[in-house]
Amino acid sequence: MAVKSADIGLDSYKFGFHDDIKPVYKSPKGLSADIVREISRQKDEPEWMLEFRLESLRQFESKPMPTWGADLSRIDFDDIYYYIRPQDRQARSWDDVPDDIKNTFDRLGIPEAERKFLAGVGAQYDSEVVYHSIREDLEREGVVFLDMDSGLREHPEIVREYFGTIIPNGDNKFAALNSAVWSGGSFVYVPAGVKVEVPLQAYFRINAENMGQFERTLIVVEPGAYVHYVEGCTAPIYATDSLHSAVVEIVVKEGARCRYTTIQNWSTDVFNLVTKRAVAYRDATMEWIDGNLGSKVTMKYPSVYLMEPGAHGEVLSIAFASQGQHQDAGAKMVHAAPDTSSIITSKSISKDGGRAGYRGHVSVLPGAERSKSNVVCDALLFDDESRSDTYPYMDIEESNTAVQHEATVSKIGEQQLFYLMSRGLTEEQAMAMVVSGFIEPIVRELPMEYAVEMNRLIELQMEGSIG
Amino acid sequence: MHNGSGADALVIDDLHVTVNDMPILKGIDLHVPKGEVHALMGPNGSGKSTLANTLMGHPAFEVTSGSVTFKGQNLLELETDERARLGVFMAFQYPSEITGVRVSNFLRMALNAQREDEISAMEFRRLMMEKMRLLRMDPKFAGRYLNEGFSGGEKKRNEILQMAVLQPELAILDETDSGLDIDALRIVADGVNTLRGAEMATLVITHYQRLLNYIVPDVVHVLIDGRIARTGDKELALELDEMGYEAITAAQEA
Repeated sequence: MAVKSADIGLDSYKFGFHDDIKPVYKSPKGLSADIVREISRQKDEPEWMLEFRLESLRQFESKPMPTWGADLSRIDFDDIYYYIRPQDRQARSWDDVPDDIKNTFDRLGIPEAERKFLAGVGAQYDSEVVYHSIREDLEREGVVFLDMDSGLREHPEIVREYFGTIIPNGDNKFAALNSAVWSGGSFVYVPAGVKVEVPLQAYFRINAENMGQFERTLIVVEPGAYVHYVEGCTAPIYATDSLHSAVVEIVVKEGARCRYTTIQNWSTDVFNLVTKRAVAYRDATMEWIDGNLGSKVTMKYPSVYLMEPGAHGEVLSIAFASQGQHQDAGAKMVHAAPDTSSIITSKSISKDGGRAGYRGHVSVLPGAERSKSNVVCDALLFDDESRSDTYPYMDIEESNTAVQHEATVSKIGEQQLFYLMSRGLTEEQAMAMVVSGFIEPIVRELPMEYAVEMNRLIELQMEGSIG
Repeated sequence: MHNGSGADALVIDDLHVTVNDMPILKGIDLHVPKGEVHALMGPNGSGKSTLANTLMGHPAFEVTSGSVTFKGQNLLELETDERARLGVFMAFQYPSEITGVRVSNFLRMALNAQREDEISAMEFRRLMMEKMRLLRMDPKFAGRYLNEGFSGGEKKRNEILQMAVLQPELAILDETDSGLDIDALRIVADGVNTLRGAEMATLVITHYQRLLNYIVPDVVHVLIDGRIARTGDKELALELDEMGYEAITAAQEA
């Protein structure tokens, strides 16, 4: 994880801030209007949210499974618990956690308290002390940084204004599912002109709910403001839930800037199907930095709608697929106004028969004159069994534009490895070095502690890969 | 001069090597003691680079018979990285480009791979800067991606920089002079001359005599068609320069 336990007072748990005894609630398996009602009732939500959820459920039921992208046929919607209250999630014991996950925790140097939390065993894991002090500073400036449920309770008017407007509940089957049963996620509001200097890490207020299957995040950045939001961690998250389907909506207003960094390392039995979208207004900048390492299947295409002149969107993405994994990652940029610009940089790595690729969509609407878009996707293959796909869709409906696309596929070369090994690096170190170099343009954009861990994780991934 | 006859020398005995089942080296005998610089000259296709790559353990080269020992160890049993850690270094004719990996990071990792304990960041920086000054390299060079976008001369200088930092006990320079202008050649040769000493055996592989004006060898070998055709002192290189390799081939056949 990104922060050492000592820095954020993980051991505060021993002071017992959270030993309230709470009643157990776990919904039965499968999905129905009754379950959606019960979720909303448990959370004591306003009527409009219940209506939103019920309408979303109808949308979900009416939409067919997507047949493009990855193979989703193994998802059984009737075999999923759609809501377990966070305090009731501790169903497993440390002994049930697979050895490879425990080993990775060891190698990454994850503190004891975090390991249990990440593995979904220990009690709630608290970083409340630091979180509170950060929150106090932020609150003085009017910045709101809450979990989504609290956001809805404490700022109902802001939530209602934006919730579901960037990604309507009928946008796609999985967004509809999330809209029906969402729980947890973050709510961030940055008032006009406020520049939040420290990255807001979901980590600081991480709790079982935040790690849920159906997180919902809404970020509103008012004119001239800046925020960097960081979610996820490099440690593998061991979930017994087989489906993770999040929705992230972001509004970046005039002259504002938002950066959203994700490092995803779900365990390799998880379907990770996430809808992320931002709208950027005049002279605003939205940047998605998206690292996908874990999961069985990931389908994720962060997008930016460039609504007014001067808006700029960027996606930097890394997809790493090993044996049995399919990373269908990518990006989407919609140029809806003149003088907008976008950059997509995608790096995919496939090894041991894994499949990683780039699926992108750049669309320039009529009238979006002088728009510029630059797409670069590079793939690195370890062996002949692995696969890389590139699907760069372009819809250009305006002639006065500059859209560029470049794609490269390379295989780790015998000569490169020989060169590095001739300087004393082992074959594993040499491979890790080639991979780290390949993703360096993206890793250097990560907060330092994430960058260090990312490289350590790449080294771990190389182990045992030498045939 | 020939004082390093100890067990530390590079000893090649009747070495046969094939590439894709084609015999390239056909019985090489070579003895390079520490403290000496041996030049290996020969026409294109004679097997010079094959010998260099075989000594470093390139997987494409198959040793069919013969032996190679260095510091008393059977080199042929060791992986490439193990040979490097034993003190073998090859300056590549065509160094690979590794994008995203900075020269300084790479050098530090390589140096650490060969040390018992990790060098501190400060100490490493001092060492690298000192060697870069020696090779008259711009300090900015350290921050560039390894060999990416380097000119031919920069690549060769970077090879010698690695050699200077790693301080090998056996250095093999594979056509380090190719593609260098005269100024770059002098700088590279100065670098090598500074490093040569009692603790290093050096094998300089070159097609032309030119480099040997600057790195004066103790012994010159001529490789023709996979065999050492002649061995002599530095005068042999001059002779070759005048008469060409054909004279030796002809003399052999006569």
